[in-house]
Amino acid sequence: MSKALHIDDTILSSRLFLGTAGYPSPDILRQAIKISKPGLITVSLRRESAAGKGQKFWDILKSFNIPVLPNTAGCHSADEAVTTAEMAREIFETNWIKLEVIGDDYTLQPDPFGLLDATKRLVSKGFTILPYMTDDIVLAEKLVEAGCDILMPWGAPIGSGRGLNNPIALQEMRKRFPDKTLVVDAGIGAPSHAAAAMEMGFDAVLLNTAVAKATDPVAMAGAFAKAIEAGREAYLSGIIAPQETASASTPMIDKPFWHQNG
Amino acid sequence: MILIINGQKKNFAAPLDLQAALEQEGYSDMLVAVARNGTFVAKTDHSATKLNDGDEIEIVAPMQGG
Repeated sequence: MSKALHIDDTILSSRLFLGTAGYPSPDILRQAIKISKPGLITVSLRRESAAGKGQKFWDILKSFNIPVLPNTAGCHSADEAVTTAEMAREIFETNWIKLEVIGDDYTLQPDPFGLLDATKRLVSKGFTILPYMTDDIVLAEKLVEAGCDILMPWGAPIGSGRGLNNPIALQEMRKRFPDKTLVVDAGIGAPSHAAAAMEMGFDAVLLNTAVAKATDPVAMAGAFAKAIEAGREAYLSGIIAPQETASASTPMIDKPFWHQNG
Repeated sequence: MILIINGQKKNFAAPLDLQAALEQEGYSDMLVAVARNGTFVAKTDHSATKLNDGDEIEIVAPMQGG
């Protein structure tokens, strides 16, 4: 019915991209992944102690055999992001990188200038960039020029759960980049937010906090998987255009007591 | 010489290469990646990378992320 979602040559089995941070326990993370079957899972890098904490976490994730997308979370400069991406490539053995260069500590808004700089440098080193970005059309254009086939505008600030702050801008981005893979990344709170992004024609939704911090993360992961699938199916099915006036859904002809006026 | 490993100052006997420093710190069998003074150093270059007094070494491993 629709072209499968892919990154480079890898076909992704779901349009839910799930973050792995902040779950109440590794077992709940494991169950959330199992029930929602995300197309990819995001991971990060942190300083490792000789105790080897990160090694156990990686063993859990590897067992799912789901593609991983490392991020450069917490980087505040292009230099930091480039080095982090290179370290991630060696560890996770993937050229994919969710490129985050944070420009504002309060909103965690991406720094568009640092992002573009880091994108250019990493593209030249053979990376596939998934840029965490604002919904700015000019920035999107520059990132595409720099070699991005995937764009990941924020829905709202990371972890805010506000949903789609600026649906008009997101719709415009979909319209302007019909051939690019568009992913709403960050700010999602409820499954309806994810469904709304998919109904607009976004190709996938990346979320973490909405599942990890839900009262029941496992059930919420399942709810998001359904919402994203429903939103995609709705988009492909052709949603009706809104009308200003009522239009009866039940045919009027031959209804009891029916008569033609005039 | 002093190296700053993941933000902590530590004393080492010179001369020292990156591979040896990682072994001395207990990282030899771990999945880690390394940057020296802000620049990534590939695993294949660890033993050829001679360290200098004051070098800042970042050693990272997989971690949960969003």
